[in-house]
Amino acid sequence: MSSRGTVAVVRVEDLHKRYQADGPEAVAGIDFEVREGEIFGLLGPNGAGKTTTIGTITTRVRPTSGRVLVDGVDVGEDPVSAKLRIASVPQLSNLDRALTALENLTFHASYFGAPRRERRERARELLGRFGLGGRENDHVNNYSGGMAQRLMIARALMHQPRLLILDEPTTGLDPQSRLFLWDTMVDLRERGTTLILTTHDMIEADRLCDRIAIIDGGKIIALDTPTRLRRLLPAEHGVEVTVAANADPSPAFTAVSGTERTEARPAGDGRWRVRLYGEDDGRNGGLPEQALSAAQSGGLELIELKRLEGSLEDVFVHLTGRELRGADGARVSGRWS
Amino acid sequence: MSAVGVTGSPRVAQATRNIQIRAFAALCGRDLWVTVRHELGSFLAQALLQPIFLLFVFGRVLPEIGAARPGYGTQLLPGVMALTLVLTALQNTALPLVIEFSFTKEIEDRLLAPLPVAAVALQKILIAALRGVLAGLLILPLAALILPGGIHIHGPDWAVLIPIFFFGSLAAGAMGLVLGTAVPPNRISVAFAVVLTPLIFTGCTFYPWISLHQLRWFQVFTLINPLTYVSEGLRAALTNLPHLAGGWIALGLTVALVVFGTLGTRLFIRRAVD
Ligand SMILES: Nc1ncnc2c1ncn2[C@@H]1O[C@H](COP(=O)(O)OP(=O)(O)OP(=O)(O)O)[C@@H](O)[C@H]1O
Ligand SMILES: [Mg+2]
Repeated sequence: MSSRGTVAVVRVEDLHKRYQADGPEAVAGIDFEVREGEIFGLLGPNGAGKTTTIGTITTRVRPTSGRVLVDGVDVGEDPVSAKLRIASVPQLSNLDRALTALENLTFHASYFGAPRRERRERARELLGRFGLGGRENDHVNNYSGGMAQRLMIARALMHQPRLLILDEPTTGLDPQSRLFLWDTMVDLRERGTTLILTTHDMIEADRLCDRIAIIDGGKIIALDTPTRLRRLLPAEHGVEVTVAANADPSPAFTAVSGTERTEARPAGDGRWRVRLYGEDDGRNGGLPEQALSAAQSGGLELIELKRLEGSLEDVFVHLTGRELRGADGARVSGRWS
Repeated sequence: MSAVGVTGSPRVAQATRNIQIRAFAALCGRDLWVTVRHELGSFLAQALLQPIFLLFVFGRVLPEIGAARPGYGTQLLPGVMALTLVLTALQNTALPLVIEFSFTKEIEDRLLAPLPVAAVALQKILIAALRGVLAGLLILPLAALILPGGIHIHGPDWAVLIPIFFFGSLAAGAMGLVLGTAVPPNRISVAFAVVLTPLIFTGCTFYPWISLHQLRWFQVFTLINPLTYVSEGLRAALTNLPHLAGGWIALGLTVALVVFGTLGTRLFIRRAVD
């Protein structure tokens, strides 16, 4: 039941989901395990099946086949036990519009059996922490998108869930709220809460997730730690030099040793960006040092010099392709004709 | 920490049951709170405006201008009460469901509460029925104010009145559950017109069922309408007019409750779980 000595809080086994009997498969055979106390990321293009997968864990979607276990309990057989352990922040707002912000939190806690005093105190504390202090008696209709998002996260924390599932939680948040949410998630993990997170923000995924599953077309195409995922990228290491130049300055860099491939693009404003790909073997002071002296001896004014590391975004695009996704998840051309 | 393999033990089963009962009560608490704190005015207006005008026009204006017998109002009273009870319970299930299931998705938070999805449907019916009962009862003081000479009722026969209110409002709530879950949100206004108009006019509200014997086909037709059994039941409880036999009333309400309750719960689950 557990792997590598760790407890699986969620186990998804050969999950398939078809919304219409004759329609395409939104999820086409997914297997994964979320371990206790980790932040597990689900990444994938629009329509990849992330929300559907999450729905099967929260009991909102019935799998066509396969099963989901939460704490070893089959969600399909005992949905109540699963719901007791889970809190979920959905992709789209589902706040209770008949209620005020404060009431949204207190009633949610009451569904989970929290005593009256405790839920009021906790609600006020969370509203304060999420910067909604003075607005607790507003109807949620009057909340802005970001405020509603923060309120939904606060609501999910009301019943102190064992497993917190967040579907694109930082979409629509301002930078402060986003940073705050990141801290909150790390904090929760430290206190033993297990988190599942979907996002389109690669920096967020890279920074927060212990492990990431990349989903495309209803299937997992990669599952690993962010570091190991980045290594999937073939030869994306090197340096990037931005210089002031009116014409392609790449001839100036031909002498840099260890370069396997050079790419130059105009960066506007009379600047060019040159990428020198290759493993840095440290000879002649290493790639950055060499690039610097090459620019100087070529008489080019240096604007910026940075080391290139394959980013998670590069990995993502590498694995899932550059095309936009159509309504059915199929790739469509993104060009204007 | 982990709860693997403990689902079978009786202590755990008891604890789970308690959790579910508490969640059910909390969902009811939410609805009652909303009724009292946020929607009292709109609830009363929606429930009572129509019966107030019915009582006024049919019970006061028509008799006064000679278009109806004096005392028609008293005869009308059980019908108006039944209509209010049924419409209020029906609308208070159907309308919120349509909204909460559609663009606002706000029902989701309650579907994720620790109780079976069907219990959420049941809870909706229960609260709507309660609102129906409340509206039905308020007809009495309103009628006393509006009808010339107040109300003249025989009884009331509580042993009939209470079960009719109870089962009638639940059956109407179940009808609302079917309507609210079967109809897509963009069709709801048309569905309401198509369903409610025949419901109102074939439910023996404005005429006793017995008096329809000259119009036999219509008399038989009215038996399809669950409102008929509520109207006739209240006629039995509040007047000494002839009415449909008690056994038929009980049967009609039971069938309505079972059929609409089962169908509505099925539809609700289908909407709640993709
Ligand atoms: N309720 C539904 N009924 C029918 N089809 C659905 C439903 N929900 C999702 N789908 C389809 O299932 C596929 C997967 O959708 P899903 O919402 O899981 O994608 P996602 O990975 O969450 O995408 P996004 O990044 O846009 O949120 C899509 O093709 C979508 O059209
Ligand atoms: Mg999604």
